[in-house]
Amino acid sequence: MVNIQFIEHDGSEHSVEVSTGGSVMQAAVTNGVPGIDADCGGSCSCATCHVYVNEEWLGKVGELSPTEEAMLSLSTDRKDNSRLSCQIQVTEELDGLVVTTPEFQF
Amino acid sequence: MSDVASGPESKTSKWSMVGKDPYAMPIEKIDLSHPGIWRANEFLPFMERLRSEEPVHYCPESAVGPYWSVMKYKDIMEVDTSPHIYSSEPTIGIVDSFEEFTLPAFISMDPPKHDEQRRVVQDVVAPANLKNLEGLIRQRVCTILDGLPIDEEFDWVERVSIELTTQMLATLFDFPFEDRSKLTFWSDAATAIPGGGIVSNQEERWEALQECFAYFIRLWNERVNEKSGNDLISMLAHGEATRDMPQEEYLGNIILLIVGGNDTTRNSISGGVLALNENPAEYDKLRADPGLIRNMVSEIIRWQTPLAHMRRTALVDTELGGKQIKAGEKVVMWYASGNRDEESIERANEFLIDRKNARQHLSFGFGLHRCMGNRLAEMQLTIVWEEIMKRFQKVEVVGEPERVYSSFVKGYMSLPVKLQPLD
Ligand code: HEM
Ligand code: FES
Repeated sequence: MVNIQFIEHDGSEHSVEVSTGGSVMQAAVTNGVPGIDADCGGSCSCATCHVYVNEEWLGKVGELSPTEEAMLSLSTDRKDNSRLSCQIQVTEELDGLVVTTPEFQF
Repeated sequence: MSDVASGPESKTSKWSMVGKDPYAMPIEKIDLSHPGIWRANEFLPFMERLRSEEPVHYCPESAVGPYWSVMKYKDIMEVDTSPHIYSSEPTIGIVDSFEEFTLPAFISMDPPKHDEQRRVVQDVVAPANLKNLEGLIRQRVCTILDGLPIDEEFDWVERVSIELTTQMLATLFDFPFEDRSKLTFWSDAATAIPGGGIVSNQEERWEALQECFAYFIRLWNERVNEKSGNDLISMLAHGEATRDMPQEEYLGNIILLIVGGNDTTRNSISGGVLALNENPAEYDKLRADPGLIRNMVSEIIRWQTPLAHMRRTALVDTELGGKQIKAGEKVVMWYASGNRDEESIERANEFLIDRKNARQHLSFGFGLHRCMGNRLAEMQLTIVWEEIMKRFQKVEVVGEPERVYSSFVKGYMSLPVKLQPLD
């Protein structure tokens, strides 16, 4: 099992244990973590699964595809560590991953 | 928004499918673009047949020329997320010759231009800003609801849906309140078919738009010299990325916002009342737990699907659902059908206000053109229903709704209701 920690913009923390294979978005949604809407169900086409990846994990979550980049660029609170959580696959390597959810999904 | 095929339907229209058996006609004769079946509320079985027998369907002949219809949720998703294959240029309307106006509007642009233009304005309807507007919008909703007659029949579309959307647009622009009906007129005129009831010819339409432009240029000039405020015009006039925008871009964006936010929200407000009346068990659920309102708002927007379709144009020869689509051909995504697709949405043909994954519907589109006003629309509907539930036991539909004559704008001309106060 892999541990992922979601921190809401107000500081509330949610720690979940998931098996590998799914996405970080799915880890949040199936465990009832608030702050992620995932309107498109993981097709990289709504940008409502936006998260900020904690700096020390940035090297491990993989590269952004051009589509993810384009969708994120339409988000108003985009930062350097922004990612769409449906595009991050859960692997053993990500055990302990920490991501923050934005105040609003748009 | 309305389409060019609107206008008085002649009883002998050779394109009309009203009253016909969807299963008795040759499948290539099915033409969803004709507005008749939409006004008559007979479109569902036609869509159902296409979904099961020919989910990517070619209509070789229609009043708007040949076009492809995409009926399934998954295929619509594929078209909507492939702008390099399916272009939004030159137009997202089903009719080729229908020039909305020559102002630049990013809804009918492809990347990279689309992305640049959208980025410039989207902050104004982003959730962080909507928070600032919520109080004022709620106050105006309350005033309208408190002024309604009890136990007396009236038209919900006119007294509530149109009035609310107009006021909310006025709030968004901080538009002089006493002039607000101009906004509705300009919105209708921007997409009006000359002779269809709003304007009688192109000159009249152009006059209306000129008046609109002059008005908004004046507002810009006033606000640019005042302290920056929370309204859209002030934000554009003071924003770093927007204060130097060319005038025609400013006007293009204003028109897009007026048109995009008007009918869609209006018809969702009416559609919710109708859906709850047709599904009394759901209305009971709502009364028992008003906490369901947020979820219900998404379900109302799915159920209504205020824009029945969007059109794309194939840029290259391609394949979809086993069919060969050629470069240059029109491809129409029927959101109204995808939202009823049982293969992607569980119990898709039931209205369930506590549905799981209610947000996963097609009504706002997906991909780069996904509705920019989606959070604003949801906020408006949430406030409306919160305030309705504080006041009325039931908004009772007491007669048949009259539907819009359009295969694009899916909505209501009128909806007769009576209010029952809380006990
Ligand atoms: C329930 C209400 C609404 C529905 C169902 C709706 C539906 C849609 C759809 C389907 C699109 C996609 C167009 C495409 O893919 O070609 C769209 C785009 C758009 N909508 Fe909405 N809309 C609603 C409310 C609003 C509101 C309130 C606003 C005003 C702020 C608005 C502004 C826009 C804009 C500016 C676009 C263009 C986005 C782009 O091309 O990037 N909409 N809308
Ligand atoms: S769930 Fe829609 S982009 Fe990730």
